[in-house]
Amino acid sequence: MATRHLLNAPTPWSAVWWHAASAAALLLIWHVASALTDARLLPPPAVVFSVLVAGIRDGELLWHVGITLARVAASFTLAMLVGVPIGIAMGRSRSLDRFFDSWLVLFLNIPALVTIVLCYVWFGLIEAAAIAAVAVNKIPNVIVTLREGARTLNKDHLEMAQVFRLGRAKTLRHVILPELLPFIVAASRSGLALIWKIVLVVELLGRSNGVGFQIHLFFQFFDVASILAYTIAFVGVIQFIELAILQPLERRANRWRR
Amino acid sequence: MAAMSGLEIDVRLKRYPAVGRAAPHIALKDLRFTARRGEFVCLLGPSGCGKTTLLNIIAGLDRDFDGQVSLPTAPGKEEPVIGYVFQNPRLLPWRTVIENIKLVLTPEQAASGIVEDLLAATELQEFPHAYPERLSVGMSRRVALVRAFAVQPDLLLMDEPFVSLDEPTADRLRLLLLEIWRAHPTTVLFVTHDTREAAVLADRIILLSSAPGSIVMDLPIDIPRCERNDPAIIESIRQRLNGGDEFRV
Repeated sequence: MATRHLLNAPTPWSAVWWHAASAAALLLIWHVASALTDARLLPPPAVVFSVLVAGIRDGELLWHVGITLARVAASFTLAMLVGVPIGIAMGRSRSLDRFFDSWLVLFLNIPALVTIVLCYVWFGLIEAAAIAAVAVNKIPNVIVTLREGARTLNKDHLEMAQVFRLGRAKTLRHVILPELLPFIVAASRSGLALIWKIVLVVELLGRSNGVGFQIHLFFQFFDVASILAYTIAFVGVIQFIELAILQPLERRANRWRR
Repeated sequence: MAAMSGLEIDVRLKRYPAVGRAAPHIALKDLRFTARRGEFVCLLGPSGCGKTTLLNIIAGLDRDFDGQVSLPTAPGKEEPVIGYVFQNPRLLPWRTVIENIKLVLTPEQAASGIVEDLLAATELQEFPHAYPERLSVGMSRRVALVRAFAVQPDLLLMDEPFVSLDEPTADRLRLLLLEIWRAHPTTVLFVTHDTREAAVLADRIILLSSAPGSIVMDLPIDIPRCERNDPAIIESIRQRLNGGDEFRV
């Protein structure tokens, strides 16, 4: 699906060359830096890639990446399901906005680590606490983005919906949500980037599997090659989600634009 | 109220409160009139005299006024159905022409074939799946017209729907409007600042003063519409509207 999509969008060859040259330069700098320093502290690219391939072959890396992805998906879904309606409500109602604005500021500024520790203390070292901790970190950002969108909703369309008696459900589905879609996509983008980083911390502190747990383990063994291999694998997966899911969705939703 | 009652408007006062340094503004004052069921009434007045405000009050979009409004309701219906052709077409850009129209209909209306009839009458039958941004201004306005008639309204509100079109296009749309209205009769309240437009369309012209808007003249036009393509007749109607210095186009 993703490859077909990439093939459909014609990329000029000069752009491909620039990307390839830039990647090669990065690998070269990495290699030289590794040679100049201690190979145990900064293993060369070749070593890291052989660890990556070995991890994929024996399935261990894939399993941990899969577990982490599942946590990312669960927290992301929870954060969007809670944050989007609250954001829309605060954008539409001035009194709700006034009342909850200070709460929002508070939650926006609580460090992720505090939420995680408190969730584990209050609910125990369980999966639900881990997911909730990540979602709580993300929800305020979703609210802020969606509130901004809901504030600028086109009044003309809302009046049209009211005069023609569309009712709440139809107004939401056909008038409000399509107009807020760019804001939902923006919240998803920044959400994905934030959430996967926090999920690793949650795993490091209170889970016995996932990429974060593994990195903690490698840290204790001073296994930098494995740490880098897991990082590369996960960055690759997240980039794939962006290219194969988010961007095509956005394009489809924008096909009405001239 | 009797089942066959028409439109009854009684706006004692509509005032916009002061915003920042802007003084409070009285938009409408002592504005009273009724319209028979099926009558085509043009509200004629200078820009800024509160015409759009009045339509929004009638449509229920603005409830912050002193007075009352009673709408025509068809026998057997609980609530009056309103069709509104706004000054801008107000189509949803992310929905196609046909989706925009069917969105506001009941399932029975959507299945009744009325949309297809109206699209054919407005020569839009080839574009049901086009997105509004790809349509010309004139076409968008026809879609808005179709949408307003398709709900089979008890009251059709029109707010300068043909403004900013070139004159031949506007003329064609006016004739089209009358044609559709004859096929789907309903009470119409048509707002305009163009005397000529009012003279071509109306059964009755209500002339409004500048703000605060109230009624200056209530002029029934009994000349049959088929005779109104004569410029001399239109001119005589304009003469009767007080010489119309203020409104001459």
